[in-house]
Amino acid sequence: MPQDVNIQSNYVTRVEGHGNIILNTKNGEIEELRFDIVEAPRFFEAMLRGRKWYEAADITCRICGICSWGHTTASLNAMENCFGITPSEQTLKLRQLGFNGEQLQSHYLHVLYLVAPDLLGVGSVIPLATTHPDIVQLALRVKRMANDIMCVIGGRHIHPVACKVNGFSHVPRARELQDLKERLVASRADLRTIVDVLKTLSLPDFSRETEYISLADHGHEYAYIRGEVKSSDGWQRPIPEYREWMHEWVEDHSTGKHTKASRNAYMVGALARFNNNYGALCPEAKAVAEELGLQPTNCNPFMNNIAQVVECVHCTEHSVQLIDELLDMGVKQEEGHRNVTVKAGTGVGAADVPRGILFHEYAVDEDGTITGSNLVIPTGQNYANIEADMRAFVPQILDRPQNEIQLFLEMLVRAYDPCISCSVHLLDVKFV
Amino acid sequence: MADTNGKPKVGIFSFACCEGCQLAVLECENQLLDLLGAVEIVNFREAMDKIGDDYRIAFVEGSITTTEHIEELKEIREQADILVALGACAWPGGLNIMKNFQNLTEVRKYVYGDKWEVHDSIPTRPISAVVPVDFYLRGCPIDRDEFVELVRSLLLGKTPNIPTYPMCVDCKLNENECRFHLGEICLGPVTRAGCNAICPTFGTKCEGCRGLVNDPQVNAQRDVLEEHGLTVEDILRESRLFNGWEFGGGEDLGYKGVDVTVIQAGGE
Repeated sequence: MPQDVNIQSNYVTRVEGHGNIILNTKNGEIEELRFDIVEAPRFFEAMLRGRKWYEAADITCRICGICSWGHTTASLNAMENCFGITPSEQTLKLRQLGFNGEQLQSHYLHVLYLVAPDLLGVGSVIPLATTHPDIVQLALRVKRMANDIMCVIGGRHIHPVACKVNGFSHVPRARELQDLKERLVASRADLRTIVDVLKTLSLPDFSRETEYISLADHGHEYAYIRGEVKSSDGWQRPIPEYREWMHEWVEDHSTGKHTKASRNAYMVGALARFNNNYGALCPEAKAVAEELGLQPTNCNPFMNNIAQVVECVHCTEHSVQLIDELLDMGVKQEEGHRNVTVKAGTGVGAADVPRGILFHEYAVDEDGTITGSNLVIPTGQNYANIEADMRAFVPQILDRPQNEIQLFLEMLVRAYDPCISCSVHLLDVKFV
Repeated sequence: MADTNGKPKVGIFSFACCEGCQLAVLECENQLLDLLGAVEIVNFREAMDKIGDDYRIAFVEGSITTTEHIEELKEIREQADILVALGACAWPGGLNIMKNFQNLTEVRKYVYGDKWEVHDSIPTRPISAVVPVDFYLRGCPIDRDEFVELVRSLLLGKTPNIPTYPMCVDCKLNENECRFHLGEICLGPVTRAGCNAICPTFGTKCEGCRGLVNDPQVNAQRDVLEEHGLTVEDILRESRLFNGWEFGGGEDLGYKGVDVTVIQAGGE
């Protein structure tokens, strides 16, 4: 007879925000299994009402310190959608380059600071400074580079200041872009080291087939900031139709809302993007995926960490290419952000941020005052899938000691790289 | 509560916020290893498994928005010899105060619908409205150099060198053209410096995230903003983006900030 398990893991560590895991089993059966979100709600949708159109990005980027650039991007996309604006090629390239910086920063933070300690059997990155000083120095170096990409383009990486509706209030100098390019090229060696280390470590062997949802750019570009919504269940729809397929509900145990689409749960994030957009990855990223045993469609949520490393390779190469294109074009201060014509209406914007697809929707009146908003955050979309994974995973590990079961479940939660402070928000808001 | 190896023990805690200030601490890449050599971090949920609760110095980010927060913050204050407010949410409450200008029940229903009562929420307050605070690191997010300066000062037992003058000084030092001269507006004249004027340097106005200077010239600022075409409503909205607590958002909780009637009297 398997042991009876009673786990209450309060405030899972090494994740962003506050979440608890509760597991009770009796005679080998799960009696209770929950991932509780206990982050205090902040009510951004309500606070936006009465604010001006140009404040939306400044306010919503404060939803999350890690995905700040991503929220900014989704917010600007939504407002531009509302006003019927298509930004200049230079603006889109700079926005994408900063976005790549955030992907790199967030993925490096997650894989090297938050997950690596599990794989190396310690409680945090701090003891690694003594046991693996080279890895820690590498982690600091690549994360600094990623942050500096955002600093050069947006002023700073946490809550960027230069990103505006239809443009940038400041643009980087050619020398700054050249310097970033040199550091990106140099970081290829660090990525090689990361891949070599990961090859020696093993992730839990667990697989559960589910639906994967991400942006897709008609199969051309590995989509992060534009395109349509694609499901691995075979459908694709324009971004503004997100309410048609997304079903949201409130659970009593969670201040973050749950969502489902074609089935009872779906997954968003690096693994979903990888599974849906594999063909658009650069050759270097595909080679690393193969080396690390990741092929589409992969249904092991722990492999999300590997997908993040593959994306780091892609974003590094893509950023080098973007910088070359920007230098060829010659970056100049444009005036688009000063020439925005406000139109009453609603707008929807999306961005596929480090943790998955993110939607912002605003209603704006003729004075440019925001009258309603809806924000759908990646981690909220992953909750139902995390719980479904736990339910499938627990029977496979029930013969382990209780502290190991707890560690495995925490590792599973961490694999999703949950951003809990982001996810606390919203209900389906009806615009009138 | 003896410190091991003479290193003071530190805890880093988080209430309602984006956790960007903790992230800014992790962002001190160039100094992080030196800092870790000088202090022992025993509680930092975002970055590590917990080691203990015997910290002497507590850094607290985030606003207080639930009754549970109040109790947790009091426990932290009880334990810590030195308590530092980290970022605009901790003081003066930052964006989270905007909620206080709307009906709380309506706000909760707008976001959680029928289940609005399931999740606790009280009017937002800065941590200083609940416990005494020893030092303030301002901004949204904090400035990482200022964080390093504060930690260094605490270790040396000296007073940290944190500016009290207005943001305009930083702007002049950066040789930025004044936003007012460009036909825009700016909250720099009443906002505390220390951010190296990052927003004007990157082509946009100061939004006041570092809080007001001591004795802010609110009258003069109102007149200047009015001259630049802002209505009373506009001025209050701008002022309340980060400083709602000072501009009427703390009144129901007994906090006397700026006399808002002075602004409302403008233009009449």
